[in-house]
Amino acid sequence: MITKRIIPCLDVKDGRVVKGTNFEGLRDLADPVEMARYYNAAGADELVFYDITASAQGRTIFTEILTRVAKEVFIPLTVGGGIRSLEDFDRVLKCGADKVSVNSGAIRNPGLIRQAAEKYGDQCVVLSCDVKRVDGQFILFAKGGRENTGIDALDWMVQGVQNGAGELVINSIDTDGVGGGFDLELLDLAASRVKAPIVASGGAGKQEDFAELFSHPGMDAGLAAGIFHTKKLEINTLKQYLRKNGVEVRL
Amino acid sequence: MIGIVDYGVGNLFSLRSSLDFLGLKSQVTGDPQVLRAADRIILPGVGAFGDAMEQLRRTGLVPLLEEESQKKPLLGICLGMQLLMEESCEYGIHKGLGFIPGRVASLEADLPDKALKIPHIGWNALHIVKDDPLLKDVREGEYMYYVHSFYATGCLESTLAVSDYGLPVTGAVRKGLVWGVQFHPEKSGEAGLRLLRAFGQLKGGI
Repeated sequence: MITKRIIPCLDVKDGRVVKGTNFEGLRDLADPVEMARYYNAAGADELVFYDITASAQGRTIFTEILTRVAKEVFIPLTVGGGIRSLEDFDRVLKCGADKVSVNSGAIRNPGLIRQAAEKYGDQCVVLSCDVKRVDGQFILFAKGGRENTGIDALDWMVQGVQNGAGELVINSIDTDGVGGGFDLELLDLAASRVKAPIVASGGAGKQEDFAELFSHPGMDAGLAAGIFHTKKLEINTLKQYLRKNGVEVRL
Repeated sequence: MIGIVDYGVGNLFSLRSSLDFLGLKSQVTGDPQVLRAADRIILPGVGAFGDAMEQLRRTGLVPLLEEESQKKPLLGICLGMQLLMEESCEYGIHKGLGFIPGRVASLEADLPDKALKIPHIGWNALHIVKDDPLLKDVREGEYMYYVHSFYATGCLESTLAVSDYGLPVTGAVRKGLVWGVQFHPEKSGEAGLRLLRAFGQLKGGI
């Protein structure tokens, strides 16, 4: 049967992975290529790279890094950050990305999901949603969680999948960085509304959080950054724990 | 040298990179001379069956592939494997290459458990049902990376390995010198690389 996936996320700025990294034994503590190698060896099922640079120069460095990673790491690679047009899809797919994640770009131009799905196939288009509770309602946020769009997050996900998004990354702003577990209320609601694979993000603080996540139906993958980068939790250890607890994972 | 058939379908970056990584020389080509000179051939592919078959026919390479597949190892990957079958029912009935007896059917229509998501996407354990040189370095139950909504069926005699997704999904097939894999070995980590390396070691006339 298909396994649950464990996905580390690397935020890249000016050619470096940012966000509390603590990688002993690596030549370069924040070199994305070294980290990709490390995670591949540790058993990551997929890697997500977010380009958080704004400059054109930073963008060029990012695609060079992506190319270097894709030349030696042979697991699925998802790329996000600054994806606004089909040209952006094209740029990263040519450098070895398998899936492209859109967020603010799809809010600004909702037609982008459909265009990209028609051109590259549903499996290539990932809709990433930053969600926060506002007056008891789940609301979609844009621009890295800084801007309230006023859009109902669940409706947005349903619409995105109808338009051809092949996968959803659901990042809860409320639980992100807290380490108290995934936002299961939000994730359960999403799973009841869409049939596309769901990648849960935001809140993982310990291995039990992943076990709890996967005990909920409709959850396909868990994504995290800090907890893996700081080596607070090693992917291999996590996967062994999950397998012991009856969750099918790739070991 | 491995000739990767270029018929304008799919992103070949990872496939080429993985062969480079293994030290296997490859060339993406639609040139009949190069494909004739190659030791082995890979037929890649993503997208819809009908369009891909149409594009492949347009290159005029089909008779060459028929001929060369009798002489040297040929590996179809993902949609490339499906094209090896006799026909597909993806958006209408389309004739395939017919190198391997069997047909391509919709997973969604055949899945007994409708809660399972389509496409079948992610890592799934490969269960080997027949020993074969292509799978010599793949262990029983190793995980391979799949992305597809249609699958090969009615090809039991040629089936080398399957994965379970509510029904046995054909994972690898072989008839004569023609092999096919539904998963993406170039995205399946170490296990996938070992399979590609084994393909690089196959000889014509095995």
